[in-house]
Amino acid sequence: MNLTSRCKKKDDRQALLRLVIVSVNEEEIMNRREFAKLMGVSAAALSGIPLGLTRAAGATKGGTLNTIIQPEPPILVTALNQQQPTLTLGGKIYESLLRYSPDLKPMPGLAQSWEVSPDGLTYTFKLFPNITFHDGKPLTSEDVVFSMTKMLVETHARARAIYSRIAKSETPDRLTVVFTLKAPFAPFLTALDCTTGPIVPKHIYDGSDYRKNPANAQAIGSGPFKLKEWVKGSHVHLVRHDGYYRKDEPYLDEVIYRIIPDAASRSLALEQGKIQLTQWNDIEFYDVARLSKLPNYEVTTKGYEYFAPHQWLELNNRVKPMDDKRFRQAIAHALDLKSMAARVYFGMPKIATGPVSSKTKFYEPDVKRYGYSVEKAKALLDDMGLKPGPDGKRVTLKYLIPPYGEVYQRAGEFIRQSLGRAGIDIQLETTDVGGWADQFSNWDYEMTGNLVYQYGRLFEEAASTIDEAKRQEFYSKVQKILVEDVPVIWMFEAAYPTFIDKRLKNVTSTGVGIHESFSSVYFG
Amino acid sequence: MTILKAFLRHPTGMIGLFFLLCVVLLAVSAPWLFPDDPWDMVGAPFQPPLTEGLWLGSDMLGRDVAAGIAHGARISLIIGVISTLTSLTIGVTVGATAGYFGGKVDEIMMRLTELFQTIPGFVLAILLVATLGPKISNVIFAIGIVSWPPLARLTRAEFMRLRGREFVQAAVCQGQRAMTVVLRRILPNAISPIIVTGSLAVASAILIESALSFMGLGDPNLMSWGFMIGAARTVIRQAWWMSVFPGLAILLTVLAINLVGEGLNDVMNPRISRRR
Repeated sequence: MNLTSRCKKKDDRQALLRLVIVSVNEEEIMNRREFAKLMGVSAAALSGIPLGLTRAAGATKGGTLNTIIQPEPPILVTALNQQQPTLTLGGKIYESLLRYSPDLKPMPGLAQSWEVSPDGLTYTFKLFPNITFHDGKPLTSEDVVFSMTKMLVETHARARAIYSRIAKSETPDRLTVVFTLKAPFAPFLTALDCTTGPIVPKHIYDGSDYRKNPANAQAIGSGPFKLKEWVKGSHVHLVRHDGYYRKDEPYLDEVIYRIIPDAASRSLALEQGKIQLTQWNDIEFYDVARLSKLPNYEVTTKGYEYFAPHQWLELNNRVKPMDDKRFRQAIAHALDLKSMAARVYFGMPKIATGPVSSKTKFYEPDVKRYGYSVEKAKALLDDMGLKPGPDGKRVTLKYLIPPYGEVYQRAGEFIRQSLGRAGIDIQLETTDVGGWADQFSNWDYEMTGNLVYQYGRLFEEAASTIDEAKRQEFYSKVQKILVEDVPVIWMFEAAYPTFIDKRLKNVTSTGVGIHESFSSVYFG
Repeated sequence: MTILKAFLRHPTGMIGLFFLLCVVLLAVSAPWLFPDDPWDMVGAPFQPPLTEGLWLGSDMLGRDVAAGIAHGARISLIIGVISTLTSLTIGVTVGATAGYFGGKVDEIMMRLTELFQTIPGFVLAILLVATLGPKISNVIFAIGIVSWPPLARLTRAEFMRLRGREFVQAAVCQGQRAMTVVLRRILPNAISPIIVTGSLAVASAILIESALSFMGLGDPNLMSWGFMIGAARTVIRQAWWMSVFPGLAILLTVLAINLVGEGLNDVMNPRISRRR
């Protein structure tokens, strides 16, 4: 099985998981995240890289943005693969109908305006004129309808869950798209970002086998940057799409994503000023404090508002004794999350109280709080009849370390020590990316770490109600039930350090942040 | 006895033995010196050496580096010894069979040995551990599999040399069984170079294990020196002590074993020892 199909399978499985267990933590509109900058260093000397800039009205045109992509994506077509690196890179190549502000209000994307009918069923989008794909062909309402109702519902698990609600789609003219939903679905307007609804060229994909289409290698979208060259293992070179529909944009001439698998080398590249931007886990948590002192970078945790990533300890509830609520509660008590946040993540994340991020709209703070208590954990285990053996161990479980970097291994080691104090013996297991995806999607694990991005999605009943008060009531109820039941151990509202060269502007101007198209990013 | 006496007079061999005994002592006394689990986070992260209670500092989670080295000594020595015994078993069996019987048997055995010798040892070890899964038993197995061919060739050469000697032929003529001849007549006379090579193999086994752990292919449940260095590598600029001390531990241990091995070689080799 190749990597792409493996990942697709994982994505499907995750989508399923979200639908079955996790769907309550979905919320489509998230409040502005009150992130303080990690630090505010006064402006100081900038590293002297010749950028070749020319001043234009408002923003500076030109320049090359060097950044990191880690790990190397298997493909750049975001409609076919939704792993994080693919989305980060593909966001520059493929655009969608809307963009979102940091407080997650819709903003014009490919669509310059939109209307929702009072019954919440009909959505009308007006596209910008003169949008072209990278191959020069115009992007019309036909491409939008094809992408969202034909291709994405087949290839993109998350998009399928939303766009399959479209009952009827019409294209009265080349620039107008009208979607009629099967039933009212409040989150629809917030699920049109470039990671969920990338618009692909119909003339290339219609009637072909999407995944085997030879054009996948060229990744033709309508975004501000087009693929010039992809040297496997070295870099992905994107250049300006000259036919871009927004006046003067994109400002940058080139974006180069360098593939640097080694964490120490990534930090070094940042220190030497060879790159002007990092994202997600590019800089390991233990390096953040040290590198934050560099004078020419701004460090922010903004730009992840749309994703509001949540981190949790995944327990396979199909395996004994994790099918017992008391056991899961014992784990929730035994995990010293405060100390874990400080030691493993160096104080970056906030401890999660339940499935819904506190930064999102329907967050319910009044849920059961577990808190760290080995005594309570032991009492629950005693109650279950899991008495300690002669070696002090009550039960031995396996923990599969996600193979996405050192911090996951440290987290596994921390969890093992923490649970060990309550007599829950953890055996760590390591595997590679493909192996992890396989074991995880086949329920062939006992515990593993997981990170799920809370995209705007559904929880049927609440989503189809337009009355906000009723929705809050419903979401609160579900959060309380879930936190009592702890199917997984919610650990952190993850935060990622984005290092941005101080000359670089507009990187985190939207809620999609570093996955965004970067059309308005410029060197100032 | 004469060998022992000779060894006691061998200066570098004794230095090696001294360090080796120190490491063994450290490994044996680890549970008393550091009664806590070496994985326990006992202090603040990134504490430099000589911080109170942390002689050698702490790592990124606040684990005691000294405790890690003491407990890691157990793992490294256990892996070194057991995997060497594994490779000795395979190597001596193959070499003895080939050397004693000769002919077709020898042909087959040696082609098999060459097959293993042509594959780069460390690459094969990585492949085996990655395929079988990073568990201590698999690590030992992998090291055993990649380090037996030199032992087999050495044993074969010794056996071929002794096979034609009168005392062996006499034993065969008396009707002693092949097994008896091999184990009671030839092996005791061939054992010296095997012991020397075997002792050096312990050192290389420790190195292979460290390299595997460094690459993240060690058993994630065991605190070993290679693991400590592997985890410390990325933070070397913040915390040099996390990689330097386990590195010194590996260096000293491997050096000590090599010195002991050379000392044994000198005193067991009749030509060299007679000159003393």
